[in-house]
Amino acid sequence: MADTQYTQERKPQYEGPPDYRVAGQHGMYPNVSHDESARFNFLAQMNRHLSTQVMPFIGKAYEARIEPERIKTEGKPFASRHEVRKALAKDPIWQWWSALRRATMESRQQAGRWVVLRQADELNTKAADLTNSDPRLLLDSKLPLPRGVEAIDHHCMPGSYHTELVEGDITGPANYDIGLFATTGGMLGLYNDGGGKAVAEWVRKNLGEDFKPKRILDIGCGLGHNVLPLAEAFPEAEVIGIDVGAPMLRYGLARAKSMGIENVKFIQGDAADLSSFDDESFDWVQSTMFLHETSYKTMPHIFSESFRVLKNDGIVLHVEQPQYDSSMSLFEQAMRDWDAFYNNEPFWTKMHEVDLDDWMIRAGFKQDELIHGGVAAIVDKDVFPDAADDDSEDFGRKAAWHVVGARKSA
Amino acid sequence: MSNIDPIKLAGAKAKGKRPYFMDNPDVERLTNIVLVLTQELAVTRERMDTIERLLERGEPVTKAAIESFRASRTEADERGLWTQEYLARVFRIIQQEGEAIETGDEAESEEVADELAERA
Repeated sequence: MADTQYTQERKPQYEGPPDYRVAGQHGMYPNVSHDESARFNFLAQMNRHLSTQVMPFIGKAYEARIEPERIKTEGKPFASRHEVRKALAKDPIWQWWSALRRATMESRQQAGRWVVLRQADELNTKAADLTNSDPRLLLDSKLPLPRGVEAIDHHCMPGSYHTELVEGDITGPANYDIGLFATTGGMLGLYNDGGGKAVAEWVRKNLGEDFKPKRILDIGCGLGHNVLPLAEAFPEAEVIGIDVGAPMLRYGLARAKSMGIENVKFIQGDAADLSSFDDESFDWVQSTMFLHETSYKTMPHIFSESFRVLKNDGIVLHVEQPQYDSSMSLFEQAMRDWDAFYNNEPFWTKMHEVDLDDWMIRAGFKQDELIHGGVAAIVDKDVFPDAADDDSEDFGRKAAWHVVGARKSA
Repeated sequence: MSNIDPIKLAGAKAKGKRPYFMDNPDVERLTNIVLVLTQELAVTRERMDTIERLLERGEPVTKAAIESFRASRTEADERGLWTQEYLARVFRIIQQEGEAIETGDEAESEEVADELAERA
């Protein structure tokens, strides 16, 4: 712009989010005006500013004054990530970063909600036209909400996954969909599908061409952005997404159909109770960034139910941010816990400390059946930032994840 | 037509008690307002930039042309870079607080003044 004038030779290489307008416009995408796009551009840049320009100072403050102060007053180092977090919370640089991070998240919600709510009637009609009397949408209005979903709106998203402002309302998921760009700086790619694409490729590479799933179940599918790439990569498969939030499922099917993806069903259900599905009826049970939104009480059921519905030779894969273990510093654990306490992800902290291998074994898998890996979002690198090549770290937000799973013995 | 009021509902509060991080919550409330004003100025700047680029292309500047404007990759990078420079300017004080962490204790000007005024 006018006052940014560099000579050609001195022009810095731009690194950062692409223009919001490159986001994929599927058939359920709302109209996003010039200024609304500009607002998302700002928010994506603001998140990047916080992670690359402000957050590094917290590490420096930790080393220079927070940890030394602890040693000085207590005579011993921090013993847990919670102690570290409570000490960080007293430091002004952490306070400023946190206040701005929370404010940016809330502003992102306001920006997205404004876009979808001003055209709610058009969007809701479009979704109804695409899904009414389609047998691939199965809703259960009597399904109780899990406590974790009912108690708090996850990641500060007003109304969370389940609220309908009017009957058949899909503005919640539409807002979620259009704002992911701002939170991730475009790292999830064209249709926020970079995570699912990476999982599909990981499976092809690690399980080989012989693995030809006929039925895939995605638990906690939300609006389906992580599961549609699986449906595309395995077009012969019948893909089923379940979630407790009816608006997500309605929007998910409408969105999938508008993208020409037909081999997917959306069923309202709780991952802790898969009793509507037969034993050994799926080749693949998948969850992506879902376990941290469940609970300690329901996780054993989720794991045992996933084992039960899985066919012999089938796979269960859970994609999550890395677990906390002894190889991760208490400082990093405390930073990663930010979302648990300050971004309405209350189970994030407990979920990340459990031994997932042990939980898989308790669900019925054997040690030698366990699978471990890592994936980073696959995007069109000419347009979107590549998480695998990006050195920046936005603890808990980066589009690069761990894979923990198992393959049931044939 | 439904009776959804987008102006009111867009800014609805998420369920769950809101945390405050700063020692004085009023400072934090004001910070939230300032952040949004910063955002809205960036939005206005992007609109101005679009208008300038339409003019440079010799295209008529209409609302429809602004709405359908698509920046080239180079143009988008220039706009992105501007926003990064702008944010660095707005949040300069945080950068300086951060740099001070590494520097550690520094002399105040008054201390130096006293020192310089000492007689030989």
